[in-house]
Amino acid sequence: MASAFEYAPAPESRTVVDIAPSYGLFIDGEFTEAADGKVFKTVSPSTEEVLSEVAQAGTEDVDRAVKAARKAFEKWSALPGAERAKYLFRIARIIQERSRELAVLETLDNGKPIKETRDADLPLVAAHFFYYAGWADKLDHAGFGANPKPLGVAGQVIPWNFPLLMLAWKIAPALATGNTVVLKPAETTPLSALFFADICRQAGLPKGVVNILPGYGDTGAALVEHPDVNKVAFTGSTAVGKAIARQVAGTNKKVTLELGGKGANIVFDDAPIDQAVEGIVTGIFFNQGQVCCAGSRLLVQESIQDELLDSLKRRVSTLRLGDPLDKNTDIGAINSAEQLARITSLAEQGEAEGAERWSPACELPTSGYWFAPTLFTNVTQAHTIARDEIFGPVLSVLTFRTPDEAVAKANNTQYGLSAGIWTEKGSRILAVANKLRAGVIWSNTFNKFDPTSPFGGYKESGFGREGGRHGLEAYLAPSSPKGER
Amino acid sequence: MSAVEKTEKTERLSVLKTYKLYVGGKFPRSESGRVYEVTDPKGKWLANAPLSSRKDARDAVVAARKAFGGWSGATAYNRGQILYRVAEMLEGRKEQFVREVADAEGLSKAKAAAQVDAAIDRWVWYAGWTDKIAQVVGGGNPVAGPFFNLSTPEPTGVVAVLAPQESSFLGLVSVIAPVIATGNTAIVIASERSPLPALSLGEVLATSDLPGGVVNVLSGKTAEIAAPLAAHQDVNAIDLAGADDVLAKELEIAAADNLKRVVRPQAVDYSATPGIDRMTAFLETKTVWHPTGSLGASGSSY
Repeated sequence: MASAFEYAPAPESRTVVDIAPSYGLFIDGEFTEAADGKVFKTVSPSTEEVLSEVAQAGTEDVDRAVKAARKAFEKWSALPGAERAKYLFRIARIIQERSRELAVLETLDNGKPIKETRDADLPLVAAHFFYYAGWADKLDHAGFGANPKPLGVAGQVIPWNFPLLMLAWKIAPALATGNTVVLKPAETTPLSALFFADICRQAGLPKGVVNILPGYGDTGAALVEHPDVNKVAFTGSTAVGKAIARQVAGTNKKVTLELGGKGANIVFDDAPIDQAVEGIVTGIFFNQGQVCCAGSRLLVQESIQDELLDSLKRRVSTLRLGDPLDKNTDIGAINSAEQLARITSLAEQGEAEGAERWSPACELPTSGYWFAPTLFTNVTQAHTIARDEIFGPVLSVLTFRTPDEAVAKANNTQYGLSAGIWTEKGSRILAVANKLRAGVIWSNTFNKFDPTSPFGGYKESGFGREGGRHGLEAYLAPSSPKGER
Repeated sequence: MSAVEKTEKTERLSVLKTYKLYVGGKFPRSESGRVYEVTDPKGKWLANAPLSSRKDARDAVVAARKAFGGWSGATAYNRGQILYRVAEMLEGRKEQFVREVADAEGLSKAKAAAQVDAAIDRWVWYAGWTDKIAQVVGGGNPVAGPFFNLSTPEPTGVVAVLAPQESSFLGLVSVIAPVIATGNTAIVIASERSPLPALSLGEVLATSDLPGGVVNVLSGKTAEIAAPLAAHQDVNAIDLAGADDVLAKELEIAAADNLKRVVRPQAVDYSATPGIDRMTAFLETKTVWHPTGSLGASGSSY
């Protein structure tokens, strides 16, 4: 591709990370093998190189970890909040110190560009621990009544798209509120959670407060089902979220679910086009579109469709796809062969259903899992690619004429996680934001996150919020007056 | 002597009331044409109540969905006025409710009066919440960037409510008021054994400026009516207060199908001042981000 600038490659050094050939489960402060000796391999999605072999937790291991967490809960929850806070502050600091190492590790294991792990994931991970550290000794002021109580052992299952960030979102509020944790990272991205286990050791965190169990879906299911788990937190697909909601029915387990989305990015005719184009690109190509709140449906006002699409295509043509460790890379690898197959199949379905496919001239590396940034035009609301979450760098473009039509189309989904609004008119932003049924609305910006800001969905995008004061509620017992039952 | 004076004095035959459902602001009989006998705890017949069918439940969902836009879009001040109006109207009809609650629960008149007073006061309590809950659970978030970031609570939508079985009026009001105070609309299944106060409440709601469909009251078999509501794709949340543990589990499983928000049955002392949990259970948090316009050379803008 001819370009005004030719960049020299600038790969981040892998030497800052020392990946061991094998890792165990982290239970009660120790790394240990799985009871049945099972292991699985984790590969680098950009090269298919085997990075390490990781112990795979089974039912017996889940039971061991829950027992360890239960034992640790007594002391941890009884600790003065100020002391718990100091542990969390320590963890935040160590994450900052080791952020380059963790960023490179995350890029190797996940396939996302170093630019994103370095500048988005890691700073947010540290910020989450800092934010919730400060809550630990101020819970009386959080609005959930005086002297709010933790729930007990939290079973947490996180996805592969933001491995360390999702860990931070789950572990930081759980520990701040006095709960202990058993966390299952995703099978394709277990490494940063295991490095985090080491950080817990460096921070001197009491044994058993945090336990990490790599494994597949069955490990997660065993954790959710475990009778001695008091709280279930899950981020992942809506289908699994529904299964979890069924599993916990009739129990006393408190549940929060952060599930899928099909976010609408609405561009009105008075929008600042250049900024909107940047926002659309961020909305769908950040993290290869493997983002639950991705702006995967572009709703553009008909009168500016041509202008906007020309601009957008020009911009997408400048994105650099390739080595995730190169700091000039915009688009990295798809996380797994399985995910690539899903994206490929949905894109093919888009074509088969009559939508018009476009990608820039883009050479894909020969090894690893790659998918070129892709736009679909002539998309209608009935198309599969306008309804199903693709979880990849695929944007569906729809049009509208009036604000009412934009709102109706944006809301026409079972999901309700995110939306974007692009217009220079303040009153229109507020009116449209008011009518959109979504938990996070970015106006004249997109994909912004902050630990102080609650995040979570309406409808089938799940329930509960993570981040902010709201995020504490998921880990505290309800305050209602109780009678006899 | 006139003929009239000759007539012997007889006891006046009272006019019995036909209890009806309250759906979409109207008072239909059950679509099924069925009724069941409602008795007091000693077995004395009080009235026939409609035995609602699943079609009644579905009709109620349609009515609640239709009412949602207007009710959730009403100002919090307006909602507060209307909830307070409910208390006013109840105060005027207190005698009726004291009698109905005494009959329904086998209480002395004094005890029933205490229940009704508490229920009226509860409407007043929630009337005062409508325009405060957003300030208590929402607010600005100090994000680390040039953004204005605001979280506001919004109603989750249509809520199915299984009213508590034992507390036919105070318990009933305690589960309805928090749902509608925050802008949701409700389909309420009255206490199976003691539905009459709930059906009479419908008459009060209808004359309290509450738009039709905001609260819909069904009577009948809790399990029969609740099943289609828990499985309904256009119901957003369910309060299982009136379900036993077996039914609650069944309904929670059905509710998972479209990820309804679920409030499980729990021990609640309805005479105590409620916390805000029953309101927040049916609220979503919407967070809106906007750049603050720090367009200097040092930072990116949009």
